[in-house]
Amino acid sequence: MRVTAKEKSWKEISPAGVCWKASTQFLTGDWKTYKPVRDLEKCTRCLLCVLFCPDGAIHWKPEKGDIEFDYNFCKGCGICANECPAKAIEMKLE
Amino acid sequence: MKSVVKQEVLALNGDEAVAFAAKQSDVDVVAAYPITPQTIIVERFSEYVANGEVETEFVCTESEHSALTACLAASVTGARTFTASASAGLALMHEMLFVTSGCRAPVVMAIANRALSAPLNIHGDHSDTMTERDSGWIQIYVENAQEAYDSVIQAFRIAENTDVLLPVIVGLDGFTLSHTLENVHVLSDDAVKRFVGTRKFINVTNHEGKTVPFKLDPNNPTSMGPIALPNYYFEFKRQQEEAMKNALKVIQDVNKEYAAISGRSYGDGLVDAYHVEDAEVAIVCLGSTAGTVKAVVDELRAEGVKAGLLRIRTFRPLPVERIVDTLKNVKAVAVMDRSMSFGGNGGPVFHEVRHALYDAEKHPYIVNYIYGLGGRDTSPMQVRKIYEDLQKILRTKRVETRVQHLGLRE
Ligand code: SF4
Ligand code: SF4
Repeated sequence: MRVTAKEKSWKEISPAGVCWKASTQFLTGDWKTYKPVRDLEKCTRCLLCVLFCPDGAIHWKPEKGDIEFDYNFCKGCGICANECPAKAIEMKLE
Repeated sequence: MKSVVKQEVLALNGDEAVAFAAKQSDVDVVAAYPITPQTIIVERFSEYVANGEVETEFVCTESEHSALTACLAASVTGARTFTASASAGLALMHEMLFVTSGCRAPVVMAIANRALSAPLNIHGDHSDTMTERDSGWIQIYVENAQEAYDSVIQAFRIAENTDVLLPVIVGLDGFTLSHTLENVHVLSDDAVKRFVGTRKFINVTNHEGKTVPFKLDPNNPTSMGPIALPNYYFEFKRQQEEAMKNALKVIQDVNKEYAAISGRSYGDGLVDAYHVEDAEVAIVCLGSTAGTVKAVVDELRAEGVKAGLLRIRTFRPLPVERIVDTLKNVKAVAVMDRSMSFGGNGGPVFHEVRHALYDAEKHPYIVNYIYGLGGRDTSPMQVRKIYEDLQKILRTKRVETRVQHLGLRE
């Protein structure tokens, strides 16, 4: 991690690591090297991947009747691909 | 000094004095696990709870790690929190000591200082708290049961001061103080309640950009301590160091304010100097041993020897300037350490005092005596021997042995 001059000094920040940004603003998805890509043909919409994703990065969208990956928070762990019973997810190098 | 409030004299041992002080300090939560020689503290306190003498929530935990975790959790919600431990118990808390100071939770913990195993030993020495000297806790070492009582009350004021917000350890020597009955002057419940007051909170900016009080409150949500990566961790540690610096002044102020209501003060709250101004030879020590040393200083003074004592009351933050200033005219100094820094160049107190004196104008001869490990008794005759050694150093202008072991069978 690069430390930049625009970051605040120790005199400007609240003590004890109080969060000054909501977790929705920390885009942790930039860690990943592999990205899950789904084969729409093979996917049975069983939603197991939604349950298994440790980062809650796969969302069920009832209006679409389908799931969606949130790449802003997917860390590329590959658990979804491993758990998918239909082998519908492939981890692709970013 | 004249006291302004009426006081009662009770026969209490050090542990009971601590429990009594905590009872009067309007504590909201006590979470603890028993360990000798601290057990009496939480035992007495649980009796107060059972008898309905306090409204404190008492949490019996399954270990010391959990005890301090519970205290931290209570403290960050704004509760005044107290616990007590010793030796292996404190060692088991090690991780949580850092989390507590890092979360800036003003928990007060009494430690009945005790040796660490192996071999197993339940008696007094400073190995437990010296091991935790870099954990971000303020450390106050007391000389007697009276000071244990007074210091616990003061500790809440120091810890909760908004310029400080650091946890405080009050260390009393195991058995020598924890289990020995003394006459202790106690203030009225009201006087203590007024003195400690209620907790005040600084404001912080939460994750929604709102200004909220620095505590966990469902109506003003915030979170503390979850993560700081290399770009911020260092800055938080620097804040803790600044809080320690602020504590130097706060401890002195609280000592003064407490003296005004009780008539009792302990030096300037940081160091307690006894006949040091014109001393040629002086001992530096912590805790109950200072009582023995003072008696020997009196004897030596009567014999015409210019002997003195500097008791370091506050070891963290270390009052460097006060140590240097108090010792400035002393020609030979012996530092007494009640713990070992295995493989180090003497004990921890010796390291710090000698290091502080490096920048002093005049350098006294300085030697170290490791003593009293595992509850080994330290007699006035042994203390006298230290002063004789110091006089010999002045006569011969030579230090033969830098680090010695007092009362050890050679
Ligand atoms: S686990 Fe596989 S099949 Fe099931 S919804 Fe996810 S991608 Fe589709
Ligand atoms: S790769 Fe990991 S983080 Fe990303 S969607 Fe799959 S399970 Fe979630």
